[in-house]
Amino acid sequence: MSKIHVTTSINGEPAEFLAEAHESLLDVLRNNLNLTGSKEGCGSGDCGACSVLLDGRLVCSCLMLAAEAGGHEITTIEGIADGDKLHPIQTAFLENAALQCGFCTPGFIVATKALLDKNPDPSETEIRYWLAGNLCRCTGYDKIVRAVVDAAAEMRGS
Amino acid sequence: MPSLTYVAPTTVSDAVKILAAASGPTRVMSGGTDLLVQLRSGRTKPDLIVDTKKIPGIIGITQNADGGFTIGAATSGALLGEHAALKAAYPGIVEAAQLIGSTQVQGRASLAGNLCNASPAADSVPAMIAAGTTVTIAGPAGTRTAAVETIVVAPGRTSLAKGEMVTAFHLPPVKGKTGDAYLRFIPRTEMDIAVVGCGVSVTLDAAGTITAAKISMGAVAPTQVQVDPSCIIGSKLDDAALARLDAAAQAVCNPIDDKRGTIEFRTKVAGVLARRTAAIAVARAGGR
Ligand SMILES: Cc1cc2nc3c(=O)[nH]c(=O)nc-3n(C[C@H](O)[C@H](O)[C@H](O)COP(=O)(O)OP(=O)(O)OC[C@H]3O[C@@H](n4cnc5c(N)ncnc54)[C@H](O)[C@@H]3O)c2cc1C
Ligand code: FES
Ligand code: FES
Repeated sequence: MSKIHVTTSINGEPAEFLAEAHESLLDVLRNNLNLTGSKEGCGSGDCGACSVLLDGRLVCSCLMLAAEAGGHEITTIEGIADGDKLHPIQTAFLENAALQCGFCTPGFIVATKALLDKNPDPSETEIRYWLAGNLCRCTGYDKIVRAVVDAAAEMRGS
Repeated sequence: MPSLTYVAPTTVSDAVKILAAASGPTRVMSGGTDLLVQLRSGRTKPDLIVDTKKIPGIIGITQNADGGFTIGAATSGALLGEHAALKAAYPGIVEAAQLIGSTQVQGRASLAGNLCNASPAADSVPAMIAAGTTVTIAGPAGTRTAAVETIVVAPGRTSLAKGEMVTAFHLPPVKGKTGDAYLRFIPRTEMDIAVVGCGVSVTLDAAGTITAAKISMGAVAPTQVQVDPSCIIGSKLDDAALARLDAAAQAVCNPIDDKRGTIEFRTKVAGVLARRTAAIAVARAGGR
């Protein structure tokens, strides 16, 4: 079977790759493009570790075919920091010790970015519902929620 | 799986031609949130995937001149939730669609996928049935319109013929004092599949008496089922009407027995949910 040639944009840069029809975007990010920040926790849409932004919209890259990426803009965890300068969300996760093993962290940070882009001042309830599709086996979530609250405050400049 | 082909036609007529000509197992794809899970688990082994999302209009919501709505088949739950006029007119449908999965799943999951996956527990389906939603189906013989309740015929099976696909959903204009609602019971507060779901739409006269109603239950039978609305029509949803509704909702149940709910539990919850959902629909219609 011939591979599909896909032209897309990843983290603001034009990108091209060849994909098999059955490969997910997550497969291609990790295996072909060496963007291994996005993790595969389940491959079935349950854990959110593979979260990316598709034209600014939060999606699971495990639930999307790589072939579908053509013509769209993808943002992965690798595109969140500004060069060597961490994004305020990343800093807030570090300062709040909102990670232990860190496997879930890229997904939480990408999901938080999508939330704060849409709603700069979410309530704790809004944060918890928004992040319900991101699972963490380590932290018990509380420090993650604190980190999101802090990041939101920092980004609002308060 | 190595023999899988992916195509993304840019017109409905091309999509239908491809579907009609396909000789092997073929799947239409909207958001892919059911399809990719099934592909990976090996539950479905198509040799062709026809992605609809490059077809203009397949994603999007239009309010028609008569006040009704046309919703493209592949429109995501997130987009439904962001459409103020749709939310105001059909809060039940929007809430039901937005109960599907996580924020991530919402970014992709569509009404067409939810309907055509044909799960008895699909959240948007009872809400769409209650609100009188119709679908446009394109196929080799042209297009036809059908009521949502005629699509699912058994778990995982639809009434669509070979070569057919859903292109759009239509919601009638909201007339007079009409309101809709959807509730589901799940053991957790998020990220779970309905143990029971209930969609209700009611229309009231000026005095607040119910003149028309449609009630649909999910997850309590192999397909979505309807409750005969005569149990509440003519009432103002007083205690006697609520008791009749509870009994009627329990009577249509033919549920499975599993770890998430026994037959007895699902049946009892169906009655309770029907009462609660109807009360919300009546309040939204401008009754008490
Ligand atoms: C983590 C997770 C949580 C979920 N939670 C819920 C939940 O709470 N409630 C719920 O109801 N569902 C849930 N789902 C299931 C799924 O997200 C929904 O059913 C969703 O609406 C499917 O839409 P889709 O566009 O992604 O469908 P797809 O995966 O694209 O398609 C689903 C099926 O419909 C067919 N199909 C798609 N489009 C068309 C068309 N235009 N014409 C004909 N056939 C078509 C496909 O061939 C396939 O068989 C969940 C899924 C995941 C992964
Ligand atoms: S790997 Fe995609 S949701 Fe778990
Ligand atoms: S820090 Fe280990 S899974 Fe979240």
